[in-house]
Amino acid sequence: MSQFREWGVELIKKAATDLPADVESALKRSRDSEVPGSTAQNVLDNILTNIALARAESTPLCQDTGLVNFFVTAPSGTDFEALKGDLIAATREATKRGYLRPNVVQALTGKNTGDNVGENLPYFLFEVGQGPEIIVNVMLKGGGSENVGAQYRLPDARINAGRDLQGVERAMIDAVFNAQGFGCAPGVLGVCIGGDRAGSFMGAKKQLLRPIDDVNPDPELAAFEARLVEQCNKLGIGPMGFGGKNSVLAAKVGWLHRHTACFYVSLTYMCWANRRAKLIVADGKATIV
Amino acid sequence: MRKEPIRIQLPASKEQFRSLRAGDEVLLTGTLVTSRDMGHKLMVERHPEFLKPLLKGTVIYHCGPIVMEKEDGWKIISAGPTTSSREEPFQADVIAHYGIGGVIGKGGMGEKTSKAMVEHGAVYFHATGGAGALLAKRIIKVKDVHMLEEFGVPEAFWVLEVEDFPAVVTMDSIGGSLHRQILADSAARRQELLDL
Repeated sequence: MSQFREWGVELIKKAATDLPADVESALKRSRDSEVPGSTAQNVLDNILTNIALARAESTPLCQDTGLVNFFVTAPSGTDFEALKGDLIAATREATKRGYLRPNVVQALTGKNTGDNVGENLPYFLFEVGQGPEIIVNVMLKGGGSENVGAQYRLPDARINAGRDLQGVERAMIDAVFNAQGFGCAPGVLGVCIGGDRAGSFMGAKKQLLRPIDDVNPDPELAAFEARLVEQCNKLGIGPMGFGGKNSVLAAKVGWLHRHTACFYVSLTYMCWANRRAKLIVADGKATIV
Repeated sequence: MRKEPIRIQLPASKEQFRSLRAGDEVLLTGTLVTSRDMGHKLMVERHPEFLKPLLKGTVIYHCGPIVMEKEDGWKIISAGPTTSSREEPFQADVIAHYGIGGVIGKGGMGEKTSKAMVEHGAVYFHATGGAGALLAKRIIKVKDVHMLEEFGVPEAFWVLEVEDFPAVVTMDSIGGSLHRQILADSAARRQELLDL
């Protein structure tokens, strides 16, 4: 087995079984902020127990291991085709070893491919990086959370939203309300303002690669992210929709230039099982975090 | 103070399911069957007979598990609930036809299902979404599987033996629903926040 393929399997295993520490810490803070003895707190206790158990036993913490998304940054001159082939092989192997549920089906017949590989899947985004290292971020994106992603075209009179940050905020409040009962709360909001339709959704998904405690370098957006969490939590949906203070764990917001006639706001919703992991290969040595 | 969870042995009688109320915590022991989108479509369109004895008096678990085939049979690796509302168009018919006492899932279900639950004496059990590793521990045996080849692993009917499987009743057979209340409250908050 090629080295990259083996590293790829370890990367997927890490993402599926070991929730990042920043996500777990945010869930612990949520747990402590709910009313003692409430269903909301009990649900978060279950979630935290589940996270510890999955890590200890190297089992997937959620059975919906989602679609596999790879975000690769590598220096120019990298053999991207070979790298892609290795990561596809890693996806097949991880499925065989039970780290991934076979989730990929033919669009019309519903026939399961059995190995999480299919047309355009696993999903790849390649970028040429400035440094000498190869970085592979993997994100496991569950179906329930993907179903509640949304794109708004502002202005939108139905939700009283204009083409400004207040409008963006209102679109996201509406989207979080609509996610009730579908995506597993408290979730993380990946938000992109602007772009064309396709680019806007991709921009939103890329925001989810930022750790929960990452502070937006733009002070205006950093303040907006905090406000978005605060406002969405006023909905009172709570953990798993049982009511409570924590409907959203974090919001990550970016923007892209847009056509002057278009103003899109896109949400990619990530359930509390915010599964991501990063492989860094430098000087032939691999590190997975 | 939390009340002690109510223990239920599956299959159970209609009276037992009817006695449960929204808010009750339960521990389920016995045999249940998983089904999700493809299974529900099949049950409504074809009413397959082979499922009748399997489902009578027990519950359907909205779940697509991760399963591994070992030397001594199938083993459940991770098995939390999936979003139940996808089965909203089908559930009432399934409750009526197969005489199930309830479903386990996440997120709750709508008014059509609630009405069928009142009519036929069934309830909705809410399990913790995403807690696949934890809930798999309460599944002690895979007794059988149906439609595996046709549907694939997540969508197949897995017949499972569970022990002390934890859930909360969130919809009952007298029309009570915790989801309806939270939805109404959050809808009012949404109106305020959007200044509508």
